[in-house]
Amino acid sequence: MRAAIEASDKSRTAVISKLYPTRSHTGAAQGGVCAALANVEEDSPEWHAFDTVKGGDYLVDQPAAQLMTEEAIDAIYQLEHWGLPFNRTPDGKIDQRRFGGHTRNHGEGPVMRACYAADRTGHMILQTLYQQCVKRDVRFFNEFYCLDLLLDDRGHTAGVVAYELATGEIHVFRAKSVVFATGGFGRMFRVTSNAHALTGDGPAVVYRRGIPLQDMEFFQFHPTGLYRLGVLLSEAARGEGGILRNKDGERFMERYAPTIKDLAPRDVVSRAIYQEIKEGRGDGPNGDYVYLDLTHLPAALIEEKLPDITEFARVYLEVEPTKEPVPIQPTAHYAMGGIPTDVDGRVVTGPEETPVPGLYAAGECACVSVHGANRLGTNSLLDIIVFGRRAGLHAAEFANGSSLADLPADAVSRTLDMLDGLLTRERGESSADIRTQLQSEMFDKACVVRTEEGLASMESTLHGLRQRYDVLGVQDKGSVYNTDLMETVELGYLLDCAEALVHAARGRTESRGGHFREDHPLRDDANWLKHTLSYRNQDGSIHQEYKPVKMGPYVPMERKY
Amino acid sequence: MATAADALQASDRAERKAATTVTLTLKIRRYNPEISDEHRWDEFTIQADPFDRLLDSLHEVKWRHDGTLALRRSCAHGICGSDAMLINGRNALACKVLVKDVAPKVTVEPIRGLPVLKDLIVDMDPFLDGYKSILPYLVNDSGDPNTERYQSAEDRARYDDTTKCILCAACTTSCPIFWGDEGYVGPAAIVNAHRFIFDSRDEAGRERMKILSEKTGVFRCRTTFNCTDACPRGIEVTKAIQEVKRAILFERF
Repeated sequence: MRAAIEASDKSRTAVISKLYPTRSHTGAAQGGVCAALANVEEDSPEWHAFDTVKGGDYLVDQPAAQLMTEEAIDAIYQLEHWGLPFNRTPDGKIDQRRFGGHTRNHGEGPVMRACYAADRTGHMILQTLYQQCVKRDVRFFNEFYCLDLLLDDRGHTAGVVAYELATGEIHVFRAKSVVFATGGFGRMFRVTSNAHALTGDGPAVVYRRGIPLQDMEFFQFHPTGLYRLGVLLSEAARGEGGILRNKDGERFMERYAPTIKDLAPRDVVSRAIYQEIKEGRGDGPNGDYVYLDLTHLPAALIEEKLPDITEFARVYLEVEPTKEPVPIQPTAHYAMGGIPTDVDGRVVTGPEETPVPGLYAAGECACVSVHGANRLGTNSLLDIIVFGRRAGLHAAEFANGSSLADLPADAVSRTLDMLDGLLTRERGESSADIRTQLQSEMFDKACVVRTEEGLASMESTLHGLRQRYDVLGVQDKGSVYNTDLMETVELGYLLDCAEALVHAARGRTESRGGHFREDHPLRDDANWLKHTLSYRNQDGSIHQEYKPVKMGPYVPMERKY
Repeated sequence: MATAADALQASDRAERKAATTVTLTLKIRRYNPEISDEHRWDEFTIQADPFDRLLDSLHEVKWRHDGTLALRRSCAHGICGSDAMLINGRNALACKVLVKDVAPKVTVEPIRGLPVLKDLIVDMDPFLDGYKSILPYLVNDSGDPNTERYQSAEDRARYDDTTKCILCAACTTSCPIFWGDEGYVGPAAIVNAHRFIFDSRDEAGRERMKILSEKTGVFRCRTTFNCTDACPRGIEVTKAIQEVKRAILFERF
């Protein structure tokens, strides 16, 4: 929607969305959006850029991080002018708080950089962007599910194919430029903070058209998911003073990150929790969770600044966070990888970064790369407002300077083949069985800690799941809101993304950020300071290329917190 | 730090949760225009963890019993607003109702007052038309774009409650006036008008109050409090409506 706001001011724009726009998972983001406003204490965009690069374990393209952290300030002011109800300081400025990995002067200590609206910052951004779309009368095609990208014979963007959920009709949208902003694919994991809708649709659609996916092996596991459910409990809980404890009550992060402790970046904290659990200091019947302890904080502060997450604990676990520690476990949260783009949102392929004319991507489905191997908390909301704007702007400019590409002769044939197969085949097994096995095994074998053995086993599991998927039929053969069909298509996209993830993870024989290989536990800059590009071959196999990281002022060094 | 006993209690509860399942019968109001113009009732009996969400049970039905069951859902923790339903006669989000609170039997129907399209899916467009009619965006083009506008914490607090709305329609479709009067904008639209009328930065309060003082507006409300009971975000909807009524009557806001 950020891209649509920008584009609609300049050219004829429509938003195609499989959900009503306010159902987007941006609304589930809680803790904040960082910008070095320095409203509460000294700060600078340069410190923010350093933290982003170090947090991403030096796989970040440094010019992109510098640009994002510099544009962050105006992007926040823009949201404020559109009415976003930020919490305020006593003198009426936008209030800011601490967040994981965001530090003063290159790691001296935590800094207050996250602008926030209670623990509903994403909700407020989503509502504000929708309000601005309503104001501009942006055209929405709600509950239209994008199933294919159309390119002409020169490889220029010609439009997309979408399936109308209400009617089952197939629509071809011709367009001079297209921006994908479809979010992540956390639903390939059993425990995830992600919505059911997050099935990697955009990445899978372009991947099937021969465009590579970048850095798919880097997936973030957020340390504090509500036990069993994976519902996110914001890092802001620790930013406000919350503490992680093992079953003995020990504040174990003191051992793993002596300087910033519980506010270490997410990959570090999730690995620490994994280690605590592995060494028998997790609690519960299976010893598989630790605690987020807020009980020492004033109840009034919790109610004012963390109202939603405390309600989640009360509703879903019947735990009272002001009096009891909350059982938590790492939860699959965010894809650092995705569709490769430059800083203008243009989709680029190959090590030489050749643009696909007219094709753009922004947000979690894209990989700029500002998050590198591990995203810092709050930087995803910043990513969508900075690069959403840039993608919208450049997509509109491109459209205004070009003519419509010809539709390929077989524009809808690929879509029809896919849907007809699912609709005509007898229902064999339920797609739910395949999805459940995918989620369960991915969470065991491609999670916080990975090994060659586990990944190889996952690859063979995926091969079997793919064979079973290819003969599936859906039970619902109707046209009106056939969500059985939609879920089965989604599962196919999830399998694409899982295959790319596992293949890339198997290839990268080092540990960096969110990708930790127990059999290769160290970072290896000599061989692996480079981005992975995964391509899907005609026969469904995968091949990889690599491209260099764009360096800048920050020289890779050991990552200590 | 919580005491060891507290931690133990929390741990005990988690163990109890993992150990038991209950039997749940779901009675679901079905409608499929491709099959019949009439609705029907289907019953499904499943085993569920008492701490599962009702949404998980609906998934169990869809994934193991009847793939044709149609419902909307996404986030599954009460923030996206997709899965508002009439659950045992009250509007709620299926992802915020736990099995243990409805077992052994629960009745699930689509929310009322909007056209049913299939099973639990209704046409949301009339609802959104009401929302769009009240200028649901900040109107104020002044101020230096290169910096922020200030707002005191007190001014921010005046409209805090109504910023929580997720447009799930639980309030509007629980309102008997909305059921009976097609023109009425409904509680959610008024909540969103409140959010801007009481925002010190906004300049279109009078315009919104003019819209809401018309016959389709705020004075249709008969203060039945259904909307407040239905709101999954805990917004005091009826209070917000009363505040807008008072602002219109006394031209003070």
